[in-house]
Amino acid sequence: MSEHLLEVRDLKQYFPIRTGFLKKTMLKAVDGVSFTIDAGETMGLVGESGCGKTTVGRSLLRLYKPTGGSIKFKGQEIDDRNIQGFRKEMQVVFQDPYSSLNPRMTVNDIVGEALDIHKMCKTEKERDEKVVHLLELVGLNSDHKRRYAHEFSGGQRQRIGIARALAVDPEFIVCDEPVSALDVSIQAQIINTFEELQSRLGLAYLFIAHDLHVVHHMSRRIAVMYLGKIVETAIADDIINRPMHPYTQSLISAIPIPDPEKARARQRIVLEGEVPSPLKVPSGCAFRTRCRFATEQCAKETPVLRELEPGHEVACFHPQMP
Amino acid sequence: MSQHLLQVKDLHTVFPIESGEVRAVNGINFSLEKGKVMGIVGESGSGKSVTAYSILRILDHPGKISQGEILFEDTDITRLPKNQMREIRGAKISIIFQDPMTSLNPVYSVGNQLTEAILLHTNRNRKQARARALEMLELVGVNEPAKRLKQYPYQLSGGMRQRVMIAMALACEPDILIADEPTTALDVTIQAQILELMRELRDKLGMAIIMITHDLGVIAEMCDEIIVMYAGRVCERGTAEEIFYNPKHEYTKGLLRSIPKMTTTRERLIPIGGSPVDLLNLPKGCAFASRCDQAMKVCLEEQPEEIEINNNHRAACWMNVKPQAQAQGGQEDE
Repeated sequence: MSEHLLEVRDLKQYFPIRTGFLKKTMLKAVDGVSFTIDAGETMGLVGESGCGKTTVGRSLLRLYKPTGGSIKFKGQEIDDRNIQGFRKEMQVVFQDPYSSLNPRMTVNDIVGEALDIHKMCKTEKERDEKVVHLLELVGLNSDHKRRYAHEFSGGQRQRIGIARALAVDPEFIVCDEPVSALDVSIQAQIINTFEELQSRLGLAYLFIAHDLHVVHHMSRRIAVMYLGKIVETAIADDIINRPMHPYTQSLISAIPIPDPEKARARQRIVLEGEVPSPLKVPSGCAFRTRCRFATEQCAKETPVLRELEPGHEVACFHPQMP
Repeated sequence: MSQHLLQVKDLHTVFPIESGEVRAVNGINFSLEKGKVMGIVGESGSGKSVTAYSILRILDHPGKISQGEILFEDTDITRLPKNQMREIRGAKISIIFQDPMTSLNPVYSVGNQLTEAILLHTNRNRKQARARALEMLELVGVNEPAKRLKQYPYQLSGGMRQRVMIAMALACEPDILIADEPTTALDVTIQAQILELMRELRDKLGMAIIMITHDLGVIAEMCDEIIVMYAGRVCERGTAEEIFYNPKHEYTKGLLRSIPKMTTTRERLIPIGGSPVDLLNLPKGCAFASRCDQAMKVCLEEQPEEIEINNNHRAACWMNVKPQAQAQGGQEDE
């Protein structure tokens, strides 16, 4: 068996939350997540806000100190001591373009900072050219170089963030909702750019997004998360066409289809209620409170991922065969 | 009185700034009928939100309507004095904003904010307003409405906040609801709930909705009629079917090509090249020409007028003009 680029085993990320005077509750943002990503591969991670998908991405990069589990990059366990060496190989594009750019730095500094830190450019001219090249890559132009982040729209700011991540030519990028702030026409440019870079440089992505159209387009495999756990994982087409977990099914049916006739013809499974608070995760299967098929068993036992078809794993006692 | 609830005629909105004039909206025309859902789709900077804000006259400084009129029930509301405009806002035309996180006041309780609008625009007293607020929260599907009235925005989830926003917007039974990217900040399953709710309320209360979004999926599901905007102009308008199955403007075609489809054969996306147009220096001809593969000489020189494709469909693209008609059209424009 070939070695995986990234191997995550039973990753746990808890945050202590004060819930009263002297009382602390553990918020289990990620509760036992395992997956692998091969070199040059894209894995999609979808789920609603609060399901822990962003936390998975950040824990991988050790932006948080994981509570438990192991993360191996190229077979080497990442820990606090050796993380510095991995920073150039693992980059991130953040979700929020407003808070992820320093308001006191010009775009030139923001994008160029990584180049300076990792000493990637020998001359000032080379650095300039690289920065302009990166900006053009993400749909900005050289005039934007001297401006500050506040002068840009949300979409343009996200592009600056993408340019910054691409600056050090990393091998693995955690893309945390990288295109959700962009316009559709620009979104397609960025997606193509991600794909071009992937085929040229053999980049691997963990593509975190809530837009299933985009995730499906980008990813070979998709993992669906609900309240800190992966509930279903399969190759992208199977997730979309043959979802088995009731949650995945309702998620797929909720996606707006850009086609008026199909949109009107379709029967929606509209989920009742909202995602429960991660502080009060229901016992057993976390989804049971919103699930149409929930039984007593779902409240008592926690379902684990089972391989129901080759490469298609589902964590459910009552998987709905398509 | 005409049958149109709202008519926007040749609306121009500009933002004069030091380095010139940002021409955000450049001559928009449309009319809205009772009970209809009209979608305005476009990229950021296309002027879709500014159009909405112009209708309500809540433009950020230094934005101003420089030309055109907005007829609401045959009154030009661009010329109304401030106090009369205030009576329309919230009571006759209301708006839900994109971001339910920032558009509620964090230091007032939900009940406080809801009753404020009701007290302002109706003759109800405080107690009746409170009852109305409760009723509205129930209507928009907020669970435990009595408890929610006492809560503050931070205690609610995004979907709940957006429901509160909708409740607030609908509390005075407006004739028009402007929804400015109402579900963009929400998760898909919550988005599905909110869209469902808006459809239900439209049927129940019979108001007209202007749905502003960049999400073609939301547009396809919700709208009877669609306006596609680019650089502050309407480039194409028509019924949902016409726009999606028979697009006649190169920009619309490009938009439809650039969205990922969930098909098994993953085709490379065809993005629209270039960047959005600079609103400070709008080109002489078609604003989209610099990004258009099919651009001709005439596109760079002359602004295309909207041309009727059929009864339900108009597009402003030179591609739809036959050569001799084009020559005539050119003369008329001069």
